Amino acid sequence: MSLGSNGNLPNTGEKATTYTKKDFVSSQTVRWCPGCGDYAILDAVQKSFATLGIPREKIVVVSGIGCSSRFPYYMDTYGFHTIHGRAPAFATGLKVSRPDLSVWVITGDGDGLSIGGNHLMHAMRRNLDIKILLFNNRIYGLTKGQYSPTSEIGKKTKTSPLGSVDRPLYPTSIALAAEATFVARSVDVYGAHLRDVIHRAAQHRGSSFVEILQNCNIFNDGAWADLADRKTRDNHKLDLEHRKPMIFGENRTKGIKLGEGLQPTVVDLASNGVSEDDLILHDENTSNPALAYMLSRMSPPDFPTPLGVFRAIEEETYEAAVHRQIEDARGNSTPADLEALLKSGDIWEVS
Amino acid sequence: MEAPQVSQTEAVGTERKQAAVIRFAGDSGDGMQLTGNQFTTTSALLGNDIATLPDFPAEIRAPAGTVPGVSGFQVQFSSQEIFTPGDEPDVLVAMNAAALKVNLPTLRKGRTVIVNTDGFDASNLAKAGYQNNPLEDGTLDGYRSIPVALTTNTLKALRDSPLQNRGKQRCKNFYALGIMYWLYSRPLDATEKWISKQFAKSPDIVDANLTAMRAGFSYAEVSELFQIQYEVPAAPQEHGLYRSITGNKALALGLYTASVKSGVPLFVASYPITPASDILAELARMKPQGVITMQAEDEIAAVCAAIGSAFGGSLGITMTSGPGLALKAEAIGLAVTTELPLVVINVQRGGPSTGLPTKTEQSDLLQALFGRNGESPIAVVAASSASGCFDAAFEAVRIATQYMTPVVVLSDGYLANGAEPWKVPDVNSIPTIPVKFRTDPEGFQPFLRNEETLARPWVRPGTPELEHRIGGLEHTDISGDVSYDPDNHQHMTMQRAEKIARIAKSIPLIEPFGDDKGDLLVVGWGGTYGALHEATVQAQSKKLKVSHIHLHHINPFAANLGKLLRRFKNVLVAELNLGQLDMLIRSRFAIETIKLNKIQGQPFTVSEVLATIEDTIQEIHQ
Repeated sequence: MSLGSNGNLPNTGEKATTYTKKDFVSSQTVRWCPGCGDYAILDAVQKSFATLGIPREKIVVVSGIGCSSRFPYYMDTYGFHTIHGRAPAFATGLKVSRPDLSVWVITGDGDGLSIGGNHLMHAMRRNLDIKILLFNNRIYGLTKGQYSPTSEIGKKTKTSPLGSVDRPLYPTSIALAAEATFVARSVDVYGAHLRDVIHRAAQHRGSSFVEILQNCNIFNDGAWADLADRKTRDNHKLDLEHRKPMIFGENRTKGIKLGEGLQPTVVDLASNGVSEDDLILHDENTSNPALAYMLSRMSPPDFPTPLGVFRAIEEETYEAAVHRQIEDARGNSTPADLEALLKSGDIWEVS
Repeated sequence: MEAPQVSQTEAVGTERKQAAVIRFAGDSGDGMQLTGNQFTTTSALLGNDIATLPDFPAEIRAPAGTVPGVSGFQVQFSSQEIFTPGDEPDVLVAMNAAALKVNLPTLRKGRTVIVNTDGFDASNLAKAGYQNNPLEDGTLDGYRSIPVALTTNTLKALRDSPLQNRGKQRCKNFYALGIMYWLYSRPLDATEKWISKQFAKSPDIVDANLTAMRAGFSYAEVSELFQIQYEVPAAPQEHGLYRSITGNKALALGLYTASVKSGVPLFVASYPITPASDILAELARMKPQGVITMQAEDEIAAVCAAIGSAFGGSLGITMTSGPGLALKAEAIGLAVTTELPLVVINVQRGGPSTGLPTKTEQSDLLQALFGRNGESPIAVVAASSASGCFDAAFEAVRIATQYMTPVVVLSDGYLANGAEPWKVPDVNSIPTIPVKFRTDPEGFQPFLRNEETLARPWVRPGTPELEHRIGGLEHTDISGDVSYDPDNHQHMTMQRAEKIARIAKSIPLIEPFGDDKGDLLVVGWGGTYGALHEATVQAQSKKLKVSHIHLHHINPFAANLGKLLRRFKNVLVAELNLGQLDMLIRSRFAIETIKLNKIQGQPFTVSEVLATIEDTIQEIHQ
């Protein structure tokens, strides 16, 4: 399936480079648990990066703390493994001061949405041209199994023996509310789909937010089982395609229709009186985020899980605005040099 | 208008004074800071040496007329070199009852107080907590009290102005300023120019303010309020160009200068916090010069963005005050272990917690040195005067880039807002800061250290074949690979400590003010320089064997500090905290010390330091 394209790769280098996956494999031994969904994501990212045409030295992978945040060590690019929750803030300073770099933030549901929620929100609302990959496994893995901001109510973990009473949040809803200009979702084991989504995220100019549904086989095994299982997945996912009606199901017999009160409803295309024309037409490019937000709230058991690109709109990026302002302030005249600056204000001479 | 209770027969004479201290005090809405700044600028332009002490509440507009709402501005101007804004005013201008209540205790008997009689109605008195009117109940006995109906007079002077009554009343600070200009024989032109420029969009306001100031000046001249007019001649100063500068402005200029002199672009991220906010504002005005500034979403984001920019090859800078430094602690630790250059400016204020946001204190010294998890040594430098903030910022960038380390610059609320004349340095005489980014892949390792400084190479992402990863996990020396090896951790911990210790080789030795041995060595750091220096000067003039040193490098110390301390019979460590430098000195050098500590949100006065010096020396000789 193609996800289409509506952008260009950032102009980050002159030389045409051909890479393969192994050009992005670092010398470090990968130390995730055997069977972790992160392996598949690492594979998809390395393969995607080989196709981006961005020189390897122009790529920086920034992370915070958590299982996902070990990611930079395994990428043979520039990398910065920072502190818990703050990766978007480091990435902001880096990208604003070095717009020529392709900056990627790797985070998780705990790192990005709990301790680092504020920074994630502000990076996106500024429309900083960074690519955020949030691995959502609905659990704290590195600290050995505590409930996370995306854990479902009733989740029994070490710190919630009677079940979590915290209401979970939807990462894509957060991204949309924070004005992200590109919001998408994929699944760790969906190799080709994930690579396409990552490619689209890279092509987008502005904050790209990608939620990757990821399995933690040690502390939250089967978190996304319905989606991961080849036998069941078609009935549980809704593949979003730009300008196409929302159809899903193994025989593509179900659709999403807008009911009363802007309430989405699952309808059966086989039944009388319902045609494809009645279904909601997906549109990534509408400036109004209402449709994308509605998608972000659709979840099992009542709805299939939407996958693909929810939203992709063009806005001026933060770093472009910052540098434009500097250029504008310079105008046509030469700005005061150091000597003039030091001698500004009320000055007097002692002779 | 009542006739002033002073002699009305003699012609006014002129008396020459070496120095004078005046204080404007009024409501936070009365424009006292502006008035004080105008008087300061005019005096600086006349060639006086100047030092100022703004003292204002944390609230933007505390309830009008109340004691918490009182805003003050003290300035000393002199024909000699001065180091402090003066212990106590010669003339106090009190715009209302609350201002009198707050400031009268600092006014010595016999000194002059100009009171705005219009600020003493029943409501004013009640808000100030006066049972009786202090203008009538003998409170002012023994002072030279000059009652002036400032508000009434201003309204009369502005009777032809089209402004509303309220607008006219707001001009009364310029009326008071006019009186003070006459009293100290100052010209009006600098302020006239300023008013015309500042209010250019509202010609009526320009006219009203100019009229009010000139009316105040004339009133002082013709009403014979004062028996005498003073002159404070220009101070002998070195040849050159001067400007008046505050600590915050000097920090901004110092950072920019370091960027030019190192050839490394400046990236500044900060979150507004009193009293540091103005530094970001100053730097934001340097966008035409290519300075990138960013108001971050919080203190943590600000320091993280600065570190991110340093990873990208910029001078990453952030500034804050005590509570913000606490929030930045973890990220500074990351810069320690990843060995990236970073400058964190901490403009100290009264603490703990929110504390006294607009008042000065030196109680973040130990936080700057040790306020992080793990063994995380960093360099700490301290500015000792408003103009010295320029040098401190420049020095911090030098150390940060040469040693690949975070550096905390300690300033304080007193330096941040206080102004003094600054001889503008010759740009060509400022040394360059040599910074070389590694580009050669041959033999590159992320933690391969410079043999002399132990600094690791600084690499800009985008450099081919130097791709590497750094992070907060402990890593192997040289290769930078993540390592949990016990011996390696000890080795790296020692390397990071040794690197900071080696900075001492690049900093100048301390030269004491006075003999290099004697009865007493006064030791200070930061914004207390002026009071300690002046007190030492006065003690020396009394033939006391006392010298003064002021530390600009707190970590590491200058190499000769220990030797110097041991050459004196006694060491007096004076600080605006409970003894933080003292603790460092005692633990490092194992010597006995005497402490002078003050925690009132106010700077030391010269007289209290002098008294301690005299008492200490007296005890030695008993």
